Amino acid sequence: MNITFEERMRESTERPRVYFDHAATTSPRPEVIDAVVETLRDDFGNPSSFYLEGHRAAKLLADSRAKIAACLHVLPEEIFFTSCGTESDNWAIKGAAYARKSKGRHLITTAIEHHAVLHSMEALECEGFDVTYLDVDHRGLLDPEKVREAIRDDTILVSVMMANNEIGTVLPIKEIGTICREAGVLFHSDGVQALGAIPVYPKELNADLMSFSGHKLYAPKGIGLLYKKKGVRINSLIDGGAQEKKQRGGTENVAYAVALAKALEMSMADLEYESKRQTALRDRLIRGVIERIPHTKLNGHAIKRLPNNANFSFEFIEGESILLFLDKFGYACSSGSACTSASLDPSHVLLAIGLPAEIAHGSLRVTLGIDTTEEQIDRFLIDLPLVVERLRLMSPLFADYKRGKLQPLIPEEGSLDLKVEGNYGWPS
Amino acid sequence: MKYSDKVLDHFMNPRNMGEIEDATTTGTVGNPVCGDIMKMDLKIVNNVIVDAKFMTFGCGSAIATSSMSTELIIGKTTDEALDLTNRVVAEALDGLPPVKMHCSVLAEQAVKKALETYYKREGLMTPERAKKFAILGKCEHDDDHENCECSDE
Repeated sequence: MNITFEERMRESTERPRVYFDHAATTSPRPEVIDAVVETLRDDFGNPSSFYLEGHRAAKLLADSRAKIAACLHVLPEEIFFTSCGTESDNWAIKGAAYARKSKGRHLITTAIEHHAVLHSMEALECEGFDVTYLDVDHRGLLDPEKVREAIRDDTILVSVMMANNEIGTVLPIKEIGTICREAGVLFHSDGVQALGAIPVYPKELNADLMSFSGHKLYAPKGIGLLYKKKGVRINSLIDGGAQEKKQRGGTENVAYAVALAKALEMSMADLEYESKRQTALRDRLIRGVIERIPHTKLNGHAIKRLPNNANFSFEFIEGESILLFLDKFGYACSSGSACTSASLDPSHVLLAIGLPAEIAHGSLRVTLGIDTTEEQIDRFLIDLPLVVERLRLMSPLFADYKRGKLQPLIPEEGSLDLKVEGNYGWPS
Repeated sequence: MKYSDKVLDHFMNPRNMGEIEDATTTGTVGNPVCGDIMKMDLKIVNNVIVDAKFMTFGCGSAIATSSMSTELIIGKTTDEALDLTNRVVAEALDGLPPVKMHCSVLAEQAVKKALETYYKREGLMTPERAKKFAILGKCEHDDDHENCECSDE
């Protein structure tokens, strides 16, 4: 075996771990953790209570709501706290569908949404709603005109994500929002990956509903947001007390609301600087990987992508085995391979951008964050080629290719923008 | 989901990885569309498997089960190797996560595919032996696969 590979693997135990999975979750900022602890310790009261402790908690909640609203350039009464991004997606989609079912039963979304959206849509289909899933192009972009063409007289909701969680493509939400507004159709956008990474102002985007999550922007898991434009009425999904203007029952998670407000304010203060810094690191990573590793493609759009997202496909190898070696080398990354999920099929997003399954299985997602350094990227650019080479030496597909028995789908020089056509023609 | 130390050991340090130039027989199973292909070369002398080497495109458990299978069959007679089942491979690895059990079926299939070719070519296939190859007709992914047509070629 390659001696350098073995050496690097041995040495890796002496190096600090590198976290490259910020799209999965982020480590709460120290200031955010302090805010949580302070609130839990000093202001444990129930905001609904009629005494000092309750009033203090209610004020913290109101202040947090106001801070968040200011960051998003919306009104405080347009911000609703939820338990997570998934709840916000469920609430927006099912709540809008139930509220408007007398007007129509047709919804429009895309093939690359998060499962929180897709499975909400599927649940509605089981109840008799009709859903159109729009295709995206090979970069993950959606032509806004496709939305216009798909809108029918009975269309009650359009839901299109602002940025994709796997391939990082940033979609033309403002154009889609404008088309929906003109057509008088409610527009929801899943902004979970976008918030904190790029500017997100629901009113500028003509969005009626937007979902967000705390733990993607250095706040804890267990808190999410729904932006709901003033005057837009949707049904409640969680019935209970009078919390959140009687629209979402359950005692408010005050400490995490405070945490989310703190985290969002800090992200907004850093946004311009971090966005530039991470974009530069991302492009250094993308260029380095494509240059160093033959038969590699970038998935997603080369420019219209989140500052922190890189997603590659390495031909002839499988993603979970890449992750296992990278973990051993000290890196936490993610893959769209079937083997990293409970299902046996590769990521629906990678299939939707036209990747044949054999290429989708060999994907690697690297997502950067505020703690990512140039040194980490450069270290990764030494280790990743060794891992890919090692796995290719085990791969019968690579052996066939070396013998001229298999035509590669990704050219040797790699590609930043490849539309993969065809497959290996494996007999089925 | 977490792998046993033994799975990780066989994944990180695979035994008998490679090809046998003068292999007596070869079995290739799986499909790149499903995300796993296993190729098993066997060197057989006087009905004894004197060497086995594999190449695998697939996840950690596919590589580990390939590696473990070669260790389990080297030195066995071909008939003894026919008794290799996915359960034996998985147990030898201190178990596999339930969702990964199908990978161990692939390892069993690769060995059997190679032996089937060998028995047929040498005119050694008997009804008794033929029964042991039933698994080759099955897709290792059972019924829970949506977009996969598995082949045994």
